[in-house]
Amino acid sequence: MTDPNSSLSHLDLDTPEKPFLDANELVINMGPQHPATHGVLRVILRLDGEKVLGLECVIGYLHRGVEKIGENRTYTMFNPYVDRMDYVAAVSNGLGYCETVEKLLNVEAPPRAQYVRVILTELNRLASHQLWLGTHALDIGAITPLFYTFRDREEILKIFEKYCGARLTTHAFRIGGLQYETYAGFERDVKNFLDFFRPKIDEYEELLTTNRIWLERTKNVGKISGQDCIALGVTGPVLRASGVKWDLRKAQPYANYKNFDFDIPTGQNGDTYDRYLVRMAEMRQSVRIIEQAIGGIPEGPIIAKVPKVMKPAVGEVYHSIEAPKGELGYFIVSDGSTQPYRVRVRPPSFVNLQALDLMCRGQLVADVIAVIGTLDIVLGEVDR
Amino acid sequence: MGQIIQYIQSYLDPNVKVTPGAAGNMFWVLVYILLVFVGLSVAVIAMNWLERKILAHMQVRLGPMRVGPHGLLQPIADALKLLLKEDIMPAEADGLIFWVAPFVVVLAAFTVFVVVPFGPAHAITDMNIGILFMLGVSSLSVLGIVMAGWASNSHYPLIGALRSSAQMVSYEVAMGLAVVSAILMTSLNAEGTGTLSMIGIVQAQQAQHEWFVFKFFPLGLIAFFIFAVAMVAETNRAPFDLAEAESELTAGFHTEYSGFRWSLFFLAEYSAMIAVSSIAVTLWLGGWLRPFPNLLSGHTWDQIFAVVPGVTFLFLAGMCFFNTARMPKHPLFRIQTIGLAVFGVILALIGLFLFIPAVSMRIQDIFWFSAKVAGFMYLYIWYRGTFPRYRFDQLMKMGWKVLLPMGLGVLILTATVALLQEKLWNP
Repeated sequence: MTDPNSSLSHLDLDTPEKPFLDANELVINMGPQHPATHGVLRVILRLDGEKVLGLECVIGYLHRGVEKIGENRTYTMFNPYVDRMDYVAAVSNGLGYCETVEKLLNVEAPPRAQYVRVILTELNRLASHQLWLGTHALDIGAITPLFYTFRDREEILKIFEKYCGARLTTHAFRIGGLQYETYAGFERDVKNFLDFFRPKIDEYEELLTTNRIWLERTKNVGKISGQDCIALGVTGPVLRASGVKWDLRKAQPYANYKNFDFDIPTGQNGDTYDRYLVRMAEMRQSVRIIEQAIGGIPEGPIIAKVPKVMKPAVGEVYHSIEAPKGELGYFIVSDGSTQPYRVRVRPPSFVNLQALDLMCRGQLVADVIAVIGTLDIVLGEVDR
Repeated sequence: MGQIIQYIQSYLDPNVKVTPGAAGNMFWVLVYILLVFVGLSVAVIAMNWLERKILAHMQVRLGPMRVGPHGLLQPIADALKLLLKEDIMPAEADGLIFWVAPFVVVLAAFTVFVVVPFGPAHAITDMNIGILFMLGVSSLSVLGIVMAGWASNSHYPLIGALRSSAQMVSYEVAMGLAVVSAILMTSLNAEGTGTLSMIGIVQAQQAQHEWFVFKFFPLGLIAFFIFAVAMVAETNRAPFDLAEAESELTAGFHTEYSGFRWSLFFLAEYSAMIAVSSIAVTLWLGGWLRPFPNLLSGHTWDQIFAVVPGVTFLFLAGMCFFNTARMPKHPLFRIQTIGLAVFGVILALIGLFLFIPAVSMRIQDIFWFSAKVAGFMYLYIWYRGTFPRYRFDQLMKMGWKVLLPMGLGVLILTATVALLQEKLWNP
């Protein structure tokens, strides 16, 4: 049901604004091999000159059937697979999955594990936002920030590597807590990183925030209202930049986020520039959270008592966390066996991508690129 | 035989103060054409390496490091790769136009160097419509770009070509206005006669003891600024590189080109950059004149500035030797170390050669001209490392609503001030 007052009412691509064979209309196929579609997204653009009349996303080029694989693996065995969805923020994926199964099993990770989880997840949020910033700026034509962000992201990946041996698809968490105790010097490494990283955020901002061309390219580009965001199910920084103060870390605190003091940055205009500012502010908030967490890691066990062979009681559970890109939800149905009956993932990128058409109508081709960048999609997650 | 030798030697007389074209000495015209062509190709190759290196260091990377010491042989390796690559022509392309387009672009980019004045006598020829010739011929390259985009018969190249042509055409207007205000300044002499000759423009700056960038401060500076912006747009470089915006149009008008044809576009782009920079240098920065001719005048200063070219090369050689010493002491690096040392020795020999008074005297103007152009080349790289890309409509807005009125205003003000100066202060 669409609200007639909402701009969504003319979302339908089947009723084009102009007759099909219009000489002024140009249909361009952007992707799946295209430098700015962040992977294998295919966008079919209908253009009038350079103006976008409408567009359609074609997805599925990276479909690996993650959800179906989940039905054929035990709960423990499926854990590494979720890392491959949003490979940029693998730790968040793992956290969401582990917490969902914990909810199903009715266990809770011990406090020490919770703290380490928060630290690693927030570090991963920083890494994800850095990658977003670099590629987004690159799409708009600023090539230098990419290298700056990758230089600094490397430090985060080094911490991951030291902790669990992997850099990208970390599989850092286990159901019930952690597998590995933190290595000697973990706290020192994280603290050093924070000291190293705080001025770097200013450095990124110096490059872009007041850059005249950057302002012109991002202000009033890809505008979306909070109402439309909610109607489309858009979450994460995109929703917050449209002025809706919705962050699952505050709204439905999971892990132990309620113990930490942080703000939810929001924007007003819901344009690309606001989304940029919101993500930059989120980086600072993440630094704040890690700062609080790293000082207070309690002693104790790192994993709760979980059975070796997990057979959750018959039932279903939905749990969602605030991934760097938005609400990442897992819906797991258990039939009492060792394998889930059904795993459904609600990936933020997939849902956010829906807004692309609405945000790009009437804009220019160059803005489509900017909007794809600002939505911060990861195709591994969209297609699963 | 003797006549031929005399014909050849006649131009070597140090008293000859005209270009070979103007002197009607066809042999030396040919030599100069070859020299300019080789020099330009070397400059493009050097620019290729420098751009990668400088951009890399701006972006906390090393850039090419593997092919030759510090990647010095990378451009040559790339050129070889491009020549050996399969030459692909899309099946649906318009063969003839597709074939001709890169040559049109290269031709336009190279022909302008006929009038570029590297010195009072160091130009292929001196035309009395030099600057018009340069602007006219360099704008021909847009034809090649449109041809390339159209003949590729593909969407991205077509959009790239349309963007590029619209952009080049609209920025030429602002560019022309800025140029006119500089030409107006050339007429501020006793006879009141201006000139369009490239050499004449520099000589006018010499005669007025002022580079036009400082003339009627800040009018000359503004005109120079307009030109400096417009020339970046004219050559389709960042932040105005919409025609080849890789994140939007993959590679713009040359998406379908590969191998040698693509390298022709590359060559044309860089020589066009050098060409427009030389216009800017000639019109506003005193062309071949050395810096501070008024402040640091006199024979002693002339002598000091005369050794700068040699010192520059010795400095570069010194950097090579310094880095040779810093090379890893590993057998695998031996060839690279020797290569870098040899490169340093070559630079040092060039430097020493430039100290020979006869050479030094003749090379002065060429050196200062090239140094100024090199400054612009660095700016080009710097822009690319710093700025995001403009959007098409913003680019057009910038051209028509900002630069064009500014150019008109500067032109009118320059004319007014010049007239006032003539009537009131120097009656």
